[in-house]
Amino acid sequence: MSMKRVDRDLGRFRQIVRGKIKKDLRKYMSQGEMIGRQGKRFVSIPVPQIDIPQFRYGARQGGGVGQGDGDVGDPIAQGDGQTGQGQAGSEPGQHVLEVDVSLEELAAILGEELQLPNIQPKGKKNIVSEKDKYSGIRRTGPNSLRHFKRTYREALRRQIAAGDYDEGNPVVVPIRDDMRYRSWKETMLPESNAVIIYMMDVSGSMGTEQKELVRITAFWIETWLRSQYKEIDIRYIVHDAAAKEVDQETFYHIREGGGTKISSAYKLCNRLIDERYPADEWNIYPFHFSDGDNWGGGDTRECIELLKKELLPKVNLFCYGQVRSLYGSGRFAHDLEEYLGGDERIVISEIAERDDIYDTIKDFLGKGK
Amino acid sequence: MKSTRLPPNLEAAREEIERIARDYGLDFFPIIYEVLDYRTLYETAAFGGFPTRYPHWRFGMEFDQLLKGHVWAGSTIYEMVINTNPSYAYLLEGNEDVTQKMVMAHVTGHVDFFKHNMWFAHTNRKMLDTMANHATRIQRIIDRIGYDTVEDFIDTCLSLENLIDYHSPYIRRPEAQSPKPLVGDEEPEVVEGLKVEREYMREFINPPEYLEAQRQKLEAERAKQRRFPENPQKDVLLFLMNYAPLERWQHTVLEIVRDEAYYFAPQGMTKILNEGWASYWHSTIMTQKVASAAEIVSFADLHSGVVATGGGRLNPYKLGLELLRDIEDRWNKGKFGKEYDECDDIAAKRAWDRQLGLGRQKIFEVRRLYNDVTFIDEFLTPEFVLENKLFTYRYNRDTDVYEIASREFKEIKEKLLFRLTNFGQPFIYVEDGNYNNRGELSLRHRHEGVDLKMDYARDTMRNLYKIWTRPVHLETVIDEKKRLLSFDGSDFTERRID
Repeated sequence: MSMKRVDRDLGRFRQIVRGKIKKDLRKYMSQGEMIGRQGKRFVSIPVPQIDIPQFRYGARQGGGVGQGDGDVGDPIAQGDGQTGQGQAGSEPGQHVLEVDVSLEELAAILGEELQLPNIQPKGKKNIVSEKDKYSGIRRTGPNSLRHFKRTYREALRRQIAAGDYDEGNPVVVPIRDDMRYRSWKETMLPESNAVIIYMMDVSGSMGTEQKELVRITAFWIETWLRSQYKEIDIRYIVHDAAAKEVDQETFYHIREGGGTKISSAYKLCNRLIDERYPADEWNIYPFHFSDGDNWGGGDTRECIELLKKELLPKVNLFCYGQVRSLYGSGRFAHDLEEYLGGDERIVISEIAERDDIYDTIKDFLGKGK
Repeated sequence: MKSTRLPPNLEAAREEIERIARDYGLDFFPIIYEVLDYRTLYETAAFGGFPTRYPHWRFGMEFDQLLKGHVWAGSTIYEMVINTNPSYAYLLEGNEDVTQKMVMAHVTGHVDFFKHNMWFAHTNRKMLDTMANHATRIQRIIDRIGYDTVEDFIDTCLSLENLIDYHSPYIRRPEAQSPKPLVGDEEPEVVEGLKVEREYMREFINPPEYLEAQRQKLEAERAKQRRFPENPQKDVLLFLMNYAPLERWQHTVLEIVRDEAYYFAPQGMTKILNEGWASYWHSTIMTQKVASAAEIVSFADLHSGVVATGGGRLNPYKLGLELLRDIEDRWNKGKFGKEYDECDDIAAKRAWDRQLGLGRQKIFEVRRLYNDVTFIDEFLTPEFVLENKLFTYRYNRDTDVYEIASREFKEIKEKLLFRLTNFGQPFIYVEDGNYNNRGELSLRHRHEGVDLKMDYARDTMRNLYKIWTRPVHLETVIDEKKRLLSFDGSDFTERRID
């Protein structure tokens, strides 16, 4: 039996879907931020599905046959325009499978999809704490953890096997051997902390579309890093010719004019790290997004000096994402590549359109650092 | 590679189960079991039970869904069996022994059904090889033509794969590629009227009205000859194979898609009965013979999972099983026939027992001769509907919910039959392959009270156009008005026809 065939088809399907996922992603992302951030831990993602069109009945007039309690007029399923809702088992396959996924699981899917390695926190910050999770069954334990259903089942099983079970008088009495208890497993949780410092160029050349790209990328980065660290601090810096720290809302919506001095942001970032996030206690992830149109050559040289001398020694990973804009020269990525390309603490990725987000995230997080 | 054979203890169980099944009168093809890890099992399931299929993304999609369903939603496939001789059945590695035994008993029921149900009589029992051949042939075409082109064409064919004649138990192969009938080759006939001996009688023997009527009749006859197919044809795929301007490789692909659609059709037509039959036997064999005392609770647990109903859904396993048990009970007690039907006394009917003991014999007959439609049509009774709490549901536009519509026997039966007839697919016929005398394709949807899903219908027409390469028309009903939908290769038009 060939193991390869379905992987080939699955790969093909994923390729097709990637175009689709991106669309879903967009729809999903604009809400995704809200679902993720505003206290609701659960999001619902559909399993991707491509429907081949056929001559087929419209769902609504159809109805069908079901089974169960209820009076005429009682609702049995919510209509949402989807076929397959509450439909009879006699129907041939309609597969809209919606799964509720928590952010952790979403991160796991992301990790699997992009084959992201787990992050190895650096140095001694790799402190691990233990947490108990009730996930198993054992034969001994305190009464407070007694598993009633399993105990009952064992007792029933024993009585039937022994011929003690009387259908007319179905009394089931558990004995010591029947008792089952919940058991727990200790799961290790990383104790180490991390900080994400987002920096974004908000000079005149960065438009709405560019910011949207940044926002989507940032969401997925956050989702992944949150799954890897217990606590995550996130700081936002915007800059044009000068840099300032802002809150999340401002970060995504601010629109400034003027020129671009990237070094201003790197300086601020460096100061932030020095003041608040000492490098031997924190895992530090600066992400910088720009269209790459920096002030004259002098500033770029200063940026490179800053990175080399100050930032790179302190961070786990420095990521530079360059979005394409109509006005930007995109020079900065080339300069970074030229002077720091060999350094594996820095990742440079270009995001021209939505399709590239996928690869960018993979570039950024694929190193497992 | 790891061995996929049954371990010795299950091999012994298999022999026991098959011996018991034979004693009960089941008769089945040899069954070859393979024990697969879940990934391989889901892979095989994605391929419709076959280890080898032609390359196509939908198998990947199927696999993705099955696997995610397994991981996130906890759904499990216990077993899979394919209709071949010998039959291949797959078990999930690591299941409890009692589960494997139940599955084997269930599989035995399925294979007996495959062998004896008349709707399977003409299926290809060497489908394992045929599927592999299909895969090889398509792979060769891909090597020659290119992956993208072939994949696109397969997508197009799959869009039409339900347009076959589900109720034809045979695949009627076209004898040859017959050319389109030529019209007007022979001398046109002329209406001459009856023979007249005496000239003065002519007016009386052949009055003008009579001649006119004759003329019209002839004209109609001719019009009928001009159109093809002569009668509406339901096997649209066959019609396309015969008459669409296909290249040879396209013809091959279309034929393969059609063959496979026909192979799977009987399984769709007998889902309720087949699952009911297999469930009947797994529960009979397990509870009466095979399950040890210690296993019976686990079995009950599993079995209740298999026949569970919930959320208002109709479970085909449960419906089939209960209906078969009902039939067995009725024929054991003689609850059928004129005398029983005409009895008005409910108490008497309930207590009715003529001690005929014909139940087993009757359900064996049912498994041989019936499909889901005839099964429900003949054996669904008002008592059964009441006891099993069946209902019909409908969509309520105002509240945007599906709600219970009725618990009336007649309506439930009608709705069930409607859902099952033609596999729950709309009836589409080729009416004319030379529409407007311009070589256009005209289809008709036989409207049964439910409209088509229009966005899908339009895209399907695009696909038909790709194959037919001339404008395509579809006569259907939209919101209770007759419409002719046309696609000319770039635009859709919709015309009222009354």
